Amino acid sequence: MNFLPLWRYQNQLIDGAIVTLELTVIAALFGLLIGIAGAVALKGRIKSLRWLVRGYIELFRNTPSLIQIFIVFFVLPTFGLKLPAFEAASVALSLYFGAYSVEIIRSGLDSIPNSQVEAGHCLGLSGWQVFRHIVLPPALRNAYPAVTSQFVLLLLGTSLASQVAADELFHVAGFIESRTYRSFEVYAVICVVYFAMAMSFKALFALVGAAAFRWPRRR
Amino acid sequence: MALVEIRDVHKKFGRVDVLKGVSLDVEEGEIVTIIGRSGSGKSTLLRCINALESVDAGEIRVEGQKVYAGMPDLKKFRQHVGIVFQAFNLFPHLKVERNITLAPLLTGRIDKAKARALALDVLTRVGLADKIDAWPEQLSGGQQQRVAIARCLAMAPHLMLFDEVTSALDPELVGEVLKVMEAMAKQGMTMILVTHEMGFARNVADRIVFMHQGRVWEQGPPAKLFANPETSELASFIASAK
Repeated sequence: MNFLPLWRYQNQLIDGAIVTLELTVIAALFGLLIGIAGAVALKGRIKSLRWLVRGYIELFRNTPSLIQIFIVFFVLPTFGLKLPAFEAASVALSLYFGAYSVEIIRSGLDSIPNSQVEAGHCLGLSGWQVFRHIVLPPALRNAYPAVTSQFVLLLLGTSLASQVAADELFHVAGFIESRTYRSFEVYAVICVVYFAMAMSFKALFALVGAAAFRWPRRR
Repeated sequence: MALVEIRDVHKKFGRVDVLKGVSLDVEEGEIVTIIGRSGSGKSTLLRCINALESVDAGEIRVEGQKVYAGMPDLKKFRQHVGIVFQAFNLFPHLKVERNITLAPLLTGRIDKAKARALALDVLTRVGLADKIDAWPEQLSGGQQQRVAIARCLAMAPHLMLFDEVTSALDPELVGEVLKVMEAMAKQGMTMILVTHEMGFARNVADRIVFMHQGRVWEQGPPAKLFANPETSELASFIASAK
């Protein structure tokens, strides 16, 4: 066991970790937007839109994410949409994260009793005001633990983007291994990096959650 | 013209006829208490007055304005008609002050600079000025219900509806809520209450309305109604409530 040959690749490893983080944050942000919009559509009155969202969720939750990345990267160009590896992986992972987020946020919205909505309407508030000020904050709190768990799964899942040669951490590890033949050492190092990133996010989410959702839970 | 005019209102839930031709007038400043057994249609009638339910037939007018679920000025209408629920329905993620000022601010009734003063004013009226910075979850049931009343008062309503507001409270907490309602009654607020508190109905209401099987079965001043019920249904209800 010798980790010294890896030292000269430290900049590549750092760059790879940064790309992994970028990919995760971009996919999470767009995925969350998809999640909120999809959850609102699922609870809306337009039947065709509900079916469309339902179909999207089933498609992306019941097919391998690797195939989803391949389709965006290899198949979309035949329809005239050619994306570089990073962008293709971002799109595919956003859609993947979005499909899970829709269900998580929908269950968060469902957890708010209708009596809260009624109370808001009875005070003369509009539908949007009731949603924004009365339903959404406690719904997000209820969905928060599941969203953050899904975020960590997304972080670990970005390694799939290596298969379309996006320069994220796992892809960089493959490159270093091919140069050094130090398989164990390389994968041990990136394993520690993934673990450290995941644990850091968990700690960060706990702090953010405590700051954002300060009201006491129901007894 | 009465403040609330209810004319031959019918309401069905599926195949169940809940209201079977209810007519009732409530004058400005009047306190009307609706009593009756569970399922007699009391709460449904109250919800129809606030357009939380739409009527199938008949008509409800408040301040001359016809009330129905899709009415054009529904939001504005509801700003003038406060309703307090059995389960308080405070917003758990907002402190007491924000619970009270959210609607006045969002509807443009007051600006931000006056918000805290308004919250303090209405909280003082319900005896909870010291709880302005508390979370709803930190309050007892009685205190939460008083905040819910304060939240309605902040909209300066012309009419207040109370839907069994003491039913979810422990017996020792009922008194503090009734006291607040009694004070509001003395100040001339028009109130329609659905309640099981016979003592309160007897002492505070101007008129008692007894509902039975989806109809106004009997109505009149409390003293007369409690002393000499005309129908056997009311007599048996009063006896069972004692």
